[in-house]
Amino acid sequence: MSKHLIDLQNISKSFGNHLVLDEMNLYIRENEFLTLLGPSGCGKTTTLRIIGGFENPDVGKVIFDGKDITRLAPNKRQLNTVFQKYALFTHMTIAENIAFGLRIKKKSKAYIDDKIKYALKLVNLEEYGSRYPESLSGGQQQRVAIARAIVNEPKVLLLDEPLGALDLKLRQDMQYELIRLKKELGITFVYVTHDQEEALTMSDTIVVMNQGYIQQIGTPEMIYNEPENAFVADFIGDSNIISSTMIQDELVEILGVKFPCVDKGFGENKPVDVVIRPEDVELTTDVEKGRIQGVVSHIIFKGVHYEMEVMANGFEWLVHSTSCFPVGEKVGINVDPFNIQIMNKPESEDEEAVGVEE
Amino acid sequence: MKNNKAVKLLSAPYIVWAAAFIIIPLLMVFYYGLTNRDGQFTFANVLAIQQTEHFKSLYLALILALISTVICILLAYPLAMILSSLKGKNEHLVVFIFILPMWMNFLLRTMAWQTLLENDGVINTVLQFLHMPKMHIINTPSAIVFGMVYNFLPFMVLPLYNVLNKIDINVINAARDLGANPFQTFIRITLPLSVPGIISGITMVFVPSLTTFVVSEMLGGSKILLIGNVIEQEFTQNSNWNLGSGLSIVLMLFIIISMIMSAIFDKNGEGNTL
Repeated sequence: MSKHLIDLQNISKSFGNHLVLDEMNLYIRENEFLTLLGPSGCGKTTTLRIIGGFENPDVGKVIFDGKDITRLAPNKRQLNTVFQKYALFTHMTIAENIAFGLRIKKKSKAYIDDKIKYALKLVNLEEYGSRYPESLSGGQQQRVAIARAIVNEPKVLLLDEPLGALDLKLRQDMQYELIRLKKELGITFVYVTHDQEEALTMSDTIVVMNQGYIQQIGTPEMIYNEPENAFVADFIGDSNIISSTMIQDELVEILGVKFPCVDKGFGENKPVDVVIRPEDVELTTDVEKGRIQGVVSHIIFKGVHYEMEVMANGFEWLVHSTSCFPVGEKVGINVDPFNIQIMNKPESEDEEAVGVEE
Repeated sequence: MKNNKAVKLLSAPYIVWAAAFIIIPLLMVFYYGLTNRDGQFTFANVLAIQQTEHFKSLYLALILALISTVICILLAYPLAMILSSLKGKNEHLVVFIFILPMWMNFLLRTMAWQTLLENDGVINTVLQFLHMPKMHIINTPSAIVFGMVYNFLPFMVLPLYNVLNKIDINVINAARDLGANPFQTFIRITLPLSVPGIISGITMVFVPSLTTFVVSEMLGGSKILLIGNVIEQEFTQNSNWNLGSGLSIVLMLFIIISMIMSAIFDKNGEGNTL
């Protein structure tokens, strides 16, 4: 896991006057599942297209396995892409689609036939070789696109929001399928998505991007539990982000009430942002036992839990709980010190997008 | 139901129009074509195509239409590719410029070619000025091909542009990604995916080229007779409606054949623009 397979060095890219990537540095390790996560326009797809060779960076280098491939044409790169809307060749059968790359490389017929069989089996489409793409469902077409890419034995598979066009249930199934494929193939996956759940489920490493800058790089657990700034906290899962004051080490004043916490080193009486996940907000009907008192203003049943909004000290708290508190009920709010995440406030709007090195 | 009736009523003017000006004339063509002057049934008018002069004119019309169609494909394909690669605000302007000649009267355009191609026309004047030999173009089959290509080229460009424009750029990217160089990508992906447009363009250029009599009359003088000219002469000069209709039926056969071929290749109607 330690070898750097792809190194993006100092990559900048603009379209017209619009800066899409600004001096981006990122390495991708061999055999890792790396996800580029961010809202649309954050530069994640452009990053993938630069790795795939469909865009040239204005500045910077792409190093692949020790070689500079920045200006290399896409057909000469040892990686394959699974495109957003499958991009299958509609005038070819499934088998012909899968064979395309191998035929270009002039492999023997026996080899190609073997590979088609193997790939169809790998994606559970053994019966579909002679069908045409338009007769397949979206999920099946997506699996063909994956099969078409992996028969070429790329060192890296690039996936550009491959599940974006599928419905929820199918998307979840395909997530498991992708994890299985990744394990069986033992190659590097670079995955682009705006769906934080997808990123958390599948990745070894998540790169959160916004406005052309990397916001945070880390494991799913790190990204979720210790977001480095308000953007990451807000983008990954639901969260309560509250403007607060750090009184001293291990004590923060939230909405005028002092809460013990575990963070240190922010200084005294320093304005900070506090992030509290909705599942970490504890409600009690024993109002006096709560650090803050509030009134339930909304409740929705979500299946696994109830999602509630609680108005307390002028802030609408988002709360997830398995117990139900009816609208209008007075409740007390507590938060475990360990679940209070403190972040420095950005000093200006611009700084919200500033790059964060790993 | 009431609504349905109202909708049907709306189509009445078109049905009346179609009956009066398409179906009835067509039936009349068949009637005249399959009868002699005395009104008796005969195949003679249709079989008259076997006469040397008629057969020659049909043969020449087929050859010239074929040449024009091939030239149109060769000119239109690169043009359509360039047009479809122009994304953004210029795209519509350029397409507009290519369609612009279609807004001018067909006869005027062809007359313009007359003045260009004449022995003392614009082209030869320029050649003379450059001390190059004069070219004799007017009243030759080449002049007719010039006229056909010029007049019918937009009908080839549009369906090709339409079908190329619809090809997802990621399909092209996918081919490149799988190792194909630009030439292989064109041969294996772009070209096969544009077949419906090519077929549609062929029909839209070949059929009018095959049947035209205006282009051949204006640019071919009266020396070169295409099947269209022969039919026209039978109706206007010789007043032999029976023979004219009989030959029209033969011509119609060829048109129907090319229509069927286009229908087979273009199942989804993807190439249709008009």
